[in-house]
Amino acid sequence: MSFITRGFSGRSRERDDRLPPGQTLVGDFPVLSAGPTPEVDTEDWEFTIRTETGAHSWNWDEFMALKIEDVDTDIHCVTHWSKLGTRWRGVSLDTLFEDVETEYDYVMAHSYGGYTTNVPLDELLDGKSWVAFEFDGEPLDPEHGGPARLLVPHLYFWKSAKWVRGLVMMDQDEPGFWEQNGYHIHGDPWKEERYW
Amino acid sequence: MSDAPTAQAVAPSAALQAVPRSGWHVATVAATHRETPNATRIELDVPGWPGNAAGQHLDVRLTAPDGYQATRSYSIASSGSSTRVVLAVDKLPDGEVSPYLVDDVRDGDMLEVHGPLGAFFVWAPAAETGDRRPVQLIAGGSGVVPLYAMAHAHAGADDPTPFRLLYSVRTPDDVYFDDELGTLADSAAPLRLDFVYTRRTPDGWATAPGRITREALEAAVFPASERPRVFVCGSTGFVERVADWLVMLGHDPRSIRTERYGGT
Repeated sequence: MSFITRGFSGRSRERDDRLPPGQTLVGDFPVLSAGPTPEVDTEDWEFTIRTETGAHSWNWDEFMALKIEDVDTDIHCVTHWSKLGTRWRGVSLDTLFEDVETEYDYVMAHSYGGYTTNVPLDELLDGKSWVAFEFDGEPLDPEHGGPARLLVPHLYFWKSAKWVRGLVMMDQDEPGFWEQNGYHIHGDPWKEERYW
Repeated sequence: MSDAPTAQAVAPSAALQAVPRSGWHVATVAATHRETPNATRIELDVPGWPGNAAGQHLDVRLTAPDGYQATRSYSIASSGSSTRVVLAVDKLPDGEVSPYLVDDVRDGDMLEVHGPLGAFFVWAPAAETGDRRPVQLIAGGSGVVPLYAMAHAHAGADDPTPFRLLYSVRTPDDVYFDDELGTLADSAAPLRLDFVYTRRTPDGWATAPGRITREALEAAVFPASERPRVFVCGSTGFVERVADWLVMLGHDPRSIRTERYGGT
């Protein structure tokens, strides 16, 4: 249904094929949040995976002792901004789920500050997501989700829950905070799954 | 994680019912008006627009003759069931879409819009929500747009909730909705206006121009003891600074809702 907008020529003509539809390249780091930035000290930080049978928890030191990976990836914010070639360090969800037994297929990520977002488990495993604590060689800024955030770069970036503190397994998919407030239940940028 | 997540008070069904479903619409520019030296108010006629809550936004998509498209989000300055939708767009340096909307768009032009969007950064009258806590609005620059929508809806509903707007703006010439804000402040619904001028003040202003300080914030906003709901909108730096100070001043983080703009 699109039509040509009278008088609009646009700026960029070199379409980068790493850019999903409706996205624009940006040099700085887009921020999306709904409230104040929570202050989380690594001394108090804990990360928990809760299943139908129990819980697995790591404190900061235990977390840092896990296998740490370098991640080089593009990120896509639902507010139409993309940033290419971002560099992170974090722990793969494959590592975190090594000893976790669950029959459930869906995950709700919970953050300090109370926010939640839902992701199917199979979209977090096989090298698709991390809990990241370093961006561009520096500890992750609180503004950008530090001390640690989920990193699920193949989905819109609100799924990469800032200030993440744990995952709760669910037997069926349920909308998290962002999804209840207008964003798509799944959030694939290549399908422009922005809103419901 | 025994303590319940705090921010997901809105049940999915309630959120779905509270705001109209979003969709693509063809909008026709009905009127434009130079809002400030750097911004234009654009009134759109959007047949089929389902109405919107105060504080929601929409996406505008422009298409070049070769099919190239650019999409950006803009807050809506109007609210309610009307199919007349009002935007106020700030021209960003090196912008691609905002210079077109601010300088080139004219009456009768057609634009694609998608919305209404967002169900969290919204305000509805106390008669609908039952929430009678005071409301503090805090705007940085063009971040005033969704907050103006809330203040306007508050006056339109003759809502008794005490409202305050603290508006940080570069100069008196850069104030959006200048006349309208004055009218709202004089209306029956209670609204107090406070300004912080960052570059140039009106003549005889008591304080020198400068960025908002924690002291100025504390002096202007409802104290935490009154448990206000707070809506903050502006640049990321402004929002981060203000929201941090509000928490330090004892405001409940769950009562502070933020929205930012950024990029070009």
